[in-house]
Amino acid sequence: MTKVKSLAELKAMKERLHSVLDVREKAENPESLVQIKVGMATCGIAAGAKQVMAHMMQKADELGIQAVFTQTGCMGHCHAEPTVEVSVPGRESVIFGHVDNNRADEILAKYIQNNEKVEGVIATNKTNQ
Amino acid sequence: MSKYNTHVLICGGTGCKSSNSGQIYENFKTILGEHNLTDEVQVIKTGCFGFCEKGPIVKIMPDNTFYTNVTPEDVRNIVEEHIVKGRKVSSLLYVNPENNEHVSDSRHMEFYKKQVRIALRNCGFVDPENIEESIARGGYEALGKCLTEMTPEQVIAEIKASGLRGRGGAGFPTGLKWELCAKNKADQKYVICNADEGDPGAFMDRSILEGDPNSIVEAMAICGYAIGATKGLVYIRAEYPLAIDRLKIAIEQAREYGLLGENIMGSGFDFDIELRYGAGAFVCGEETALIHSMEGQRGEPTLKPPFPAVSGYLGKPSNVNNVETFANVPVIIIKGAEWFSSIGTEKSKGTKVFALAGQINNVGLIEVPMGITLREIIYEIGGGIKGGREFKAVQTGGPSGGCLTKKHLDTPIDYDSLVAAGSMMGSGGMVVMDETSCMPAIAKFYLEFTCEESCGKCTPCRVGNKRMLEILDKITRGESTMDDLQALRNLAGVIKDSALCGLGQTSPNPILSTMDNFWDEYVEHVVDKKCRAGVCKKLMSYVIDREKCIGCGKCAKGCPAEAIAKTDYTAPGHKLPSMEIHGETCIKCGACINNCKFGAISVQ
Repeated sequence: MTKVKSLAELKAMKERLHSVLDVREKAENPESLVQIKVGMATCGIAAGAKQVMAHMMQKADELGIQAVFTQTGCMGHCHAEPTVEVSVPGRESVIFGHVDNNRADEILAKYIQNNEKVEGVIATNKTNQ
Repeated sequence: MSKYNTHVLICGGTGCKSSNSGQIYENFKTILGEHNLTDEVQVIKTGCFGFCEKGPIVKIMPDNTFYTNVTPEDVRNIVEEHIVKGRKVSSLLYVNPENNEHVSDSRHMEFYKKQVRIALRNCGFVDPENIEESIARGGYEALGKCLTEMTPEQVIAEIKASGLRGRGGAGFPTGLKWELCAKNKADQKYVICNADEGDPGAFMDRSILEGDPNSIVEAMAICGYAIGATKGLVYIRAEYPLAIDRLKIAIEQAREYGLLGENIMGSGFDFDIELRYGAGAFVCGEETALIHSMEGQRGEPTLKPPFPAVSGYLGKPSNVNNVETFANVPVIIIKGAEWFSSIGTEKSKGTKVFALAGQINNVGLIEVPMGITLREIIYEIGGGIKGGREFKAVQTGGPSGGCLTKKHLDTPIDYDSLVAAGSMMGSGGMVVMDETSCMPAIAKFYLEFTCEESCGKCTPCRVGNKRMLEILDKITRGESTMDDLQALRNLAGVIKDSALCGLGQTSPNPILSTMDNFWDEYVEHVVDKKCRAGVCKKLMSYVIDREKCIGCGKCAKGCPAEAIAKTDYTAPGHKLPSMEIHGETCIKCGACINNCKFGAISVQ
């Protein structure tokens, strides 16, 4: 093991290791962060939800989006799996359907970062005040 | 390897471990393996979450779900429902006793709402056996800051300005203690960590060492830098094997990473830590006795001065701080004295960890800001008294402290208010008592403890405590007179004034404070020969109501002392003669009451 030889090295090490605790630290204060819930029922998984979630997590890191990823159960939109619910602080939460890697990228870059409209929103009666 | 998207945190503190949390960990590993989830889900054994009442505890991140009373058999359900399908297992969630609603997020539980976790910041959050998690959480950064950006004088000034006071009991200002030791010139000085936690019911130091040993290692190195010491010693009781293991691992890993040893972070500062084991004597928590014990001598205190800051371990200047005190140090360095001193009351800054125990719903470890009231601790965090009974008193400060009663419920708690109320902070044990606790018996319990733990060096403590215990014994047996109560009070005053060390000087406190607050209960024992709480067996008698007794004889069959026999009297309407209890042979075990289906037996 290489030794820590200076405070700068320690800080660099902290930066490198920080992602280890990311999931836990974000969980302490999820309201202030973007929350992304991926539908992980059997049908969602069969439609590729797992792989989409892994992709989104990596992409969010690359784009520097502070997001909490959770998996959730069946959201009831079996016709549109994989489904992803996105809540950005200050905005109503939105459910996207048919999310593949491309749409996932759009959601992250356009909807979350720039508040642009993205195809695939599933209309719900739910009001999130 | 892809990043873990779910973290499973399992409490690996001593409490949950004894409730089989080790097996829970193994089961998670196995069952996650069956579902091919080992690359996505990380399983970690952490330190204590504090909510020991509901242990073992398992927390799932990132949705912050808090599962309580988990058994190894529940693991499959958690994996298959929660982790695979994203559905929370409601049967394992905490139920709010007020409205019977399930609470999944610990931040919404009354137990955690009022807590401020500084000393316990990493307990239940990081893997205590992996220094990388501590580093990721900012560990050793305070040490780095001290070594590269601050002079030892600045470090001491920062700690002084923070207002941090010793968390072991007496509350001596930590910065001042460091300064006194720094001023003494010597070829070798020592930093000593007092992990000889001995108060009955207190376990905060153990939990910190088990859950976050790296903070203690770091803080000791900071202290070494500040006072000019290159050696650290942890005096820890051998009864804490898990804390010892984890501390050893932390020290080993810190050496590997160059955070202990020579030339730490290129600063030219050397520091290393060794462990010294105590055999678990209460008096060894007293700093001079602790030092003697470490030197291989009898654990007996000596008169101060000389203070350890002048002549401590092996006659060299030494600085002794408690575990919890050290745990606060790195945060103060990073966040600043101003931040720390903004928490708490005028003379007591920061937070205090308390071990809640006794007749309270939420037994566990809590950290609260100084200045919180007893009412908030007992009724909000603690969830009230068990069985809805009435609050009577709370013992703080263990065998050296005293009790607080209903009239103290709204007093803000800090070092000085506790002393003013006739108790003390102590290490932070809080034993809650309800109407079923007998105060003279409680005083006797604590005195038995101090008598056993007295080292015997000075007469007031060795003989005086013994005499006090005899008087208390007479009181609880109903054989005392009012003169005894006066003698007890006099003796207590003499011992307080004349004992050699803190143990003896404080041992009369439980008696004095229960006498002050519950004088009528003492008088009742002496004059009426009655114990209203029904604790003192000598003052109780079991009686069978012969009109209610149907003479079935079940009580006699279950009596271990064969103290129950038939009488000649048959109550009107009954076929068999009634039973009676012979007071001289009765051992007052209460088995007959439990056996009687007709409610014919009562205690008088």
